[in-house]
Amino acid sequence: MDKTFNNRAWFLVLPVLVIVAFSAVIPLMTVVNYSVQDTFGNNQFFWAGTDWFTDILTSARFHDALIRNLIFSGIILAIEIPLGILVALAMPKKGVWVSVCLVLMALPLLIPWNVVGTIWQVFARTDIGLLGATVAGLGIDYNYVQDPLDAWITVVVMDVWHWTSLVALLCYAGLVSIPDAYYQAAKIDGASRLAVFRYIQLPKMGRVLLIAVLLRFMDSFMIYTEPFVVTGGGPGNSTTFLSIDLVKMAVGQFDLGPAAAMSLIYFLIILLLSWVFYTVMTNVGADKAPRTGGEA
Amino acid sequence: MARISLDHLRHAYTPGLAEAGIYALREVDHVFEDGGAYALLGPSGCGKTTLLNIMSGLLTPSEGHVRFDETDVTMLSPEARNIAQVFQFPVIYDTMTVAENLAFPLKNRRVPKDEIQRRVADMLGRLGMTQKGKRKARGLTADEKQKISLGRGLIRSDVAAILFDEPLTVIDPHMKWQLRSELKALHKEFAMTMVYVTHDQTEALTFADKVVVMYEGEVVQIGTPEELFERPQHTFVGYFIGSPGMNVLPCALESGEAVVSGQRLRLPAHFGPAGGQMAQGRRIELGIRPEFVSLVPRGEGLPVTIERVEDVGSEKIVRARLGDLPVSAIVKEDASLPAEADIAFAPHALNLYSDSRLVDTTPGAARATASGRTA
Repeated sequence: MDKTFNNRAWFLVLPVLVIVAFSAVIPLMTVVNYSVQDTFGNNQFFWAGTDWFTDILTSARFHDALIRNLIFSGIILAIEIPLGILVALAMPKKGVWVSVCLVLMALPLLIPWNVVGTIWQVFARTDIGLLGATVAGLGIDYNYVQDPLDAWITVVVMDVWHWTSLVALLCYAGLVSIPDAYYQAAKIDGASRLAVFRYIQLPKMGRVLLIAVLLRFMDSFMIYTEPFVVTGGGPGNSTTFLSIDLVKMAVGQFDLGPAAAMSLIYFLIILLLSWVFYTVMTNVGADKAPRTGGEA
Repeated sequence: MARISLDHLRHAYTPGLAEAGIYALREVDHVFEDGGAYALLGPSGCGKTTLLNIMSGLLTPSEGHVRFDETDVTMLSPEARNIAQVFQFPVIYDTMTVAENLAFPLKNRRVPKDEIQRRVADMLGRLGMTQKGKRKARGLTADEKQKISLGRGLIRSDVAAILFDEPLTVIDPHMKWQLRSELKALHKEFAMTMVYVTHDQTEALTFADKVVVMYEGEVVQIGTPEELFERPQHTFVGYFIGSPGMNVLPCALESGEAVVSGQRLRLPAHFGPAGGQMAQGRRIELGIRPEFVSLVPRGEGLPVTIERVEDVGSEKIVRARLGDLPVSAIVKEDASLPAEADIAFAPHALNLYSDSRLVDTTPGAARATASGRTA
């Protein structure tokens, strides 16, 4: 057996190792490093164990922000997913209007986050903003700077404006991939419009809907820029989401230890919830183990 | 159940195409008798599927009428026509179980619950899928899915007709035979009108009592498999059905003889009166099936050069050249092949074509069948 031992081949994986190390491992480990240490300044660190984690997990501030995040993601999914499906169903499937619609739908997705924030910050102002002034002109007491509910409505509407088209485009892609024969068969079977949606379109969109839900959940759970620009987390703490709180803690207060612990907890929550979503959604409607029993 | 009459149907997919004279269906005028098993046979793009979709109501023809018995259904929707159609790719409702799939068309038509249950159980039995009734339909194999598609059509016992659009395309070859014989059995049992679109001649010939051959948007011949084989009404039918297809030899007619590639061939006496259709300017062709071409010793027939011999196991296919025209002959597996040979044509199997249409040479018939569309 003449097996060639050439350990120089290991150098071929070196570029990948370096890239992964710098892009993921080292930054993450830095955070881990901070999260288990404390300092009194002068770059003097000492071991703090899991103290920061306990602190964060038991702090009301963290709980409040987490609950705000969960409510926000819940509202976003509850609005954007059905709305996106409706928009996709209403989009034309053939003809010149297809490209017009696609371009229009893609536009909001191309605008940078902070620009979206700025647009809505101005748009919703009651003195000079078109939307704010109109609403105020209708006699509705609306002020997103002072009223927590108004601030929430503004942030939610902004996110719906920004991201519904992503859901719609994904659903549209799922819809146009359904072969005509399905619709023809449904016609021949005498299916109603609702039955066509329930038994053909929805199941065939399942895959892309899973992606849409995951993307929208992760993005909305990590939302930072737009509410930061529009409300700055206010009024009070009413729109302070985890990410905004995290930045306040890490950059504003320079509490590196708690901020690092919070980052890790935040990261693990997103990971966990995404995994739960994925598992649940791939299992819903999946075929159970083939039965071979003689049950009729 | 109903008799389906197609009354001067023409179809173009857009008005623009119609103006340009590009019709997917050029003119179809035909009656599918109640309870018959028909096959629509033709190459891809000949208009078979268009015709089928017009019958089922998925398409509205540009011109002409569709009648079920005496009712004009041209403008009716598929569900109003009460027709079943099985598509090329199996269509099943993924999230439903097999039984729910079968029950779906009945549920949509508000059939009473216990009636649905009874019919579904019955249909599961017929399809041999009783044990799989409670399974989700999505995990099944292609042939099982296609059986469900078929079952959804058959379960409505009152359908006017069942239309099949190349239903066995995605099925494994060994399953094809089985499904096809099951189909035939079901046809016998239910005595429904069945129209089966295919481009596979074996499928068409084994399934149908009558085969409708289509070519370039027109029906070129309707007949039993035997008729299609022995008297192709159009050179296309001769070429399309049979393997290898019919030999089609351009020729000229001179006083009872055919001149093929410079060689003179005496025609049977009854070919005489057909002269009326041999007007100037028409393309005259002689058609003969390879099965009726024999090899004879040199000097007794038309001299050919043998180019190659294909042994297909049960017989040999001789590819020869008559002048510059290719001619195929089928000879017995054990026949010895002379190095130099002539070919002879069995006189009764000779067909004469004028502009691709069969010339009626039956004794006494001088009448033209140039339209080729007689049933």
